[in-house]
This record gives sequence, C-alpha cells and structure tokens, in this order.
Amino acid sequence: MTKVLTDARSIRIKGRSFLAVVLSPDLPFDDWLARLDDLAARSAGFFLGRPVVLDVTDLPIDRAQLKELLGEFSQRNVSIMGIEGARPSILGQGMPPALKGGRPVSDDAVAKEPVIELQNSSADSKPAAIESRQPLQSIIIREPVRSGQSVIFPEGDVTVIGSVASGAEIIAGGSVHIYGTLRGRAMAGSIGNASARIFCRKMEAELLAIDGVYKMAEDMAPSLRGKPVQLWLEGDTIMAETLI
Amino acid sequence: MGKVIVVTSGKGGVGKTTSSAALGAALAHKGDRVVIVDFDVGLRNLDLVMGAERRVVYDLVNVIQGEAKLSQALIRDKRLETLFLLPASQTRDKDALTPSGVETVITELKRVFDWVICDSPAGIERGATLAMRHADIAVVVTNPEVSSVRDSDRIIGLLDAKTVKAEQGERVEKHLLLTRYDSNRAERGDMLKVDDVLEILSIPLIGIIPESMDVLRASNIGAPVTLADARSAPAMAYFDAARRLAGEVLPITIPGEKRGIFGKIFGRKAA
Repeated sequence: MTKVLTDARSIRIKGRSFLAVVLSPDLPFDDWLARLDDLAARSAGFFLGRPVVLDVTDLPIDRAQLKELLGEFSQRNVSIMGIEGARPSILGQGMPPALKGGRPVSDDAVAKEPVIELQNSSADSKPAAIESRQPLQSIIIREPVRSGQSVIFPEGDVTVIGSVASGAEIIAGGSVHIYGTLRGRAMAGSIGNASARIFCRKMEAELLAIDGVYKMAEDMAPSLRGKPVQLWLEGDTIMAETLI
Repeated sequence: MGKVIVVTSGKGGVGKTTSSAALGAALAHKGDRVVIVDFDVGLRNLDLVMGAERRVVYDLVNVIQGEAKLSQALIRDKRLETLFLLPASQTRDKDALTPSGVETVITELKRVFDWVICDSPAGIERGATLAMRHADIAVVVTNPEVSSVRDSDRIIGLLDAKTVKAEQGERVEKHLLLTRYDSNRAERGDMLKVDDVLEILSIPLIGIIPESMDVLRASNIGAPVTLADARSAPAMAYFDAARRLAGEVLPITIPGEKRGIFGKIFGRKAA
C-alpha cells in the first residue's frame, strides 16, 4: 500500500468508505413493505437520494422473490446500492452488487447523515467529506401545530412554541421540545438517534417514540398526565420523569 | 368592497347552516347588505332554514357554469330587504364547483354586498376548501365535545394553509363560535368546559350559543333564529356575535351562569 508509483499515467485506485442506510426486510414482504410505506409516508423524502443497502442475511428467499422485492423498491424510488448477506445463487444479472464486510456505525453517525445530504443538494456539488462536521440544525415553530399537520425535520431538533393538537405529529431527527401541551404524537431521533429526548410543558400525548422505540398513551404512567415531562431512552425502554 | 366570511367546522351537524342564517340575518338587521352562499352542493339546506325553498330557480352551479346570471340566482329575503341567499344545487355534486367559477362569483358578490357569508359543507374536501378559499374572516363553529373540537382544529390548520390569504402570506381572521352549549350538562361535567375548548383551539371566542328548542323551532318555520324570535337566548347570543364580527367589543356571557362571571370572561384573549 505504501509503494509510491512514479508513473503519472497509471490508474489510481482508492478506497473510500461511505455511510449507507441498511434495510433488513422480513417475511412476508407484503407486511414489511406496508410498514415501509407507512414510514415513508410519515417522513416524506426519507429515502430520496440516500444510498440504501439491502440486508437479506438468513432470509429463505429465491432469486425470483429477491427480484420482485427489488422491483418494489424501484417503484418506491428507493435506490438499492448493494445487497448484503445474499447467497451467490440468488443474485442475478442486473441486480445491485453483493457487499461484504459492512460494519455497524453508531446511531450518532447516521443521525448526521442528512446534514451531508443537504450539502450534496446545495449549489456546489462537491462531494462532501464525512469528516466535515456541520453544526446540528434546528427549527422553531411559533404557532400551534393543528390536527392533521405534520412537522418532519430529520436534520435536527424541533421546537414548538405552542401546543401540538390531537392528531398532529412532530418527527425530528434530534430532540422535540414543546412549549405547550403535547396532545398529538412526538417522535424524536427518528432516523436513529438514541440520545434524542422529548420535552413538553404539559403531557397529554397520544404516542411517543425515541429512536424507533414506541410508547402509547395507555402505557404511560398516569402520574405524568398533564405534567411537564421529559422522556429519554435507556436501552430499549423509554424513561420519563416530570420536570420540576 | 365587502368582507367574505366562511362559516365552517369540519364536523357535520354542529350548526354551520343555522349559524350562517342567524349571523346573516343579524348583520342584515343593522342595514348591512348581506348575501349567504350555500356551498353544500348536493345537500343544500340553507334555503329551508331561510324559508326560501319554494323560490329557488337558479343556483350557484348554474351561475358558475354560465347558465344563469348572478342576479337571477340571488333570492331576496321576504323579511329583510338587505338579506339575500345564493342557493346550492341539490341535483349536482361538489365536483360541479370550479375554483375559477367560485372566484368569479365571490369577486362579483364582494363588489355589491357588505358581507358575503359562505356556508361551508362538512368535511375537508372540495366543497369545504372552495368555501374557505376566498375568506377574509372564518367563523369556526364548534360544539363543546372532543370530536368537534379536534375537527375544528384541523379546519383551523387548513385555513392557515389553503386559503388565498394564507398563500399570500396573510392570515385569515379566525373566530370561535361555540354552539349547542348546554349549561346543565356543563354543570354536570358532561361537556368540555369553555376554557378547555379555548385552550385547545387558541383562537378568540366570538360567542356561545345555548342549546335551545328555539333553534329547532325557527328552522321548522323556515326562519333564521334571529328573525323568528329576536328575544330568545340563542337569538340574542347570535346578535352579539354579529356585532363582534363587525368589530364591536362586547363581554361574552356563558349561558346559565350568573352575571358575576362577566368580569372573568370579559377581556379574555386567546393566543
């Protein structure tokens, strides 16, 4: 590796690592795709322009089923850049290449992914280096979020100055702060950020989620109702305590 | 140039048509020129409540499709000469309404009338969105119960997104009209409290209309409640609401409560 080639005309081959989102479907695919559609509907553009790797390790499927699944993805504009864990026998012509040696990354790194994506979509199309750290972004909403409205901000924190109505939802890549009553849904760390939290001045939520871990209204301790509350994740459990 | 008011709610059966007729008649009673437009194409009711069902020849859809002139479709009220009705078609459906047709009709009405009141159909589809599209002011009719409040909340969101004013970066002026308020049930705690509704919807209150047999009786004789019995409790509440719509500042009465409460309610301002 350290040998330096002196001929300027030689072809240089370099290695570079990129961060990709990995999808691991389970059987039956119809149910899984329905859940995927649900996720995509709730966070529009989540898969847009994002490199996605399909993990089919241990899935008892044949070539036709895999082909059909790839077709379903392309219908949804999800571009699969590679397939992981596939037996060579089920890979065929025109399919994305097999990938090996993927390493899981910290949730933190995935959370920063959209920042990079933002850079790419900006005017200068220089490929963004993973190392360049952008300040975490946040948005502030200065009015009540009404029933039927969704605020989706995978890039960072969402702050609402006002209430979130029953039937409204906030989906943030980072933390969710509600300076009012939270009656609707709040999802923090929506693209994989276990350190995200949810804060609200008055807890009446229908549903809460942090990093994909859900909690329904009826699972919540009655003592939290109507109180100022913060929620965070410990392992796979959502923890909650009243503020002050 | 007249003002366009949409009377809307999301949920059905909360009192949009009754309120449109009663507010329209109350505004016309002061001498303002008022037209009430029924947007509930296919399920028209306003003509019945106004007692004009036998006088409908042409309707909103005829005007939009160029089959009749606006002046031919307008029906003048027999009791108030400044009150007019533009009925909906009963034989068509909401698809007969076109955005450009509605815009033309509303623009023309605004030129002639002081108030154009659009009686919205229930729901959030075409009929309702077209009814609210050109509104300057929205009267959000809500019953003190959870489903009505949530639907109203949804409608308020749409008023901030799908109206011409919203698209131009302005805001539709929004007012809450709480209807079918039953003081006995409120006392027993069977209904949402006025404060709770205001806290959830956070728009200013324009009036509380008590649940009353007078409203049903007025509908049955084909008269807006403000004309049928101007001294009844609901009529007086509607008259006050109409004065607030016109810009007057009046204390709000919660029906069935004593006068001592006035001071508390007066000056209440929702964010």
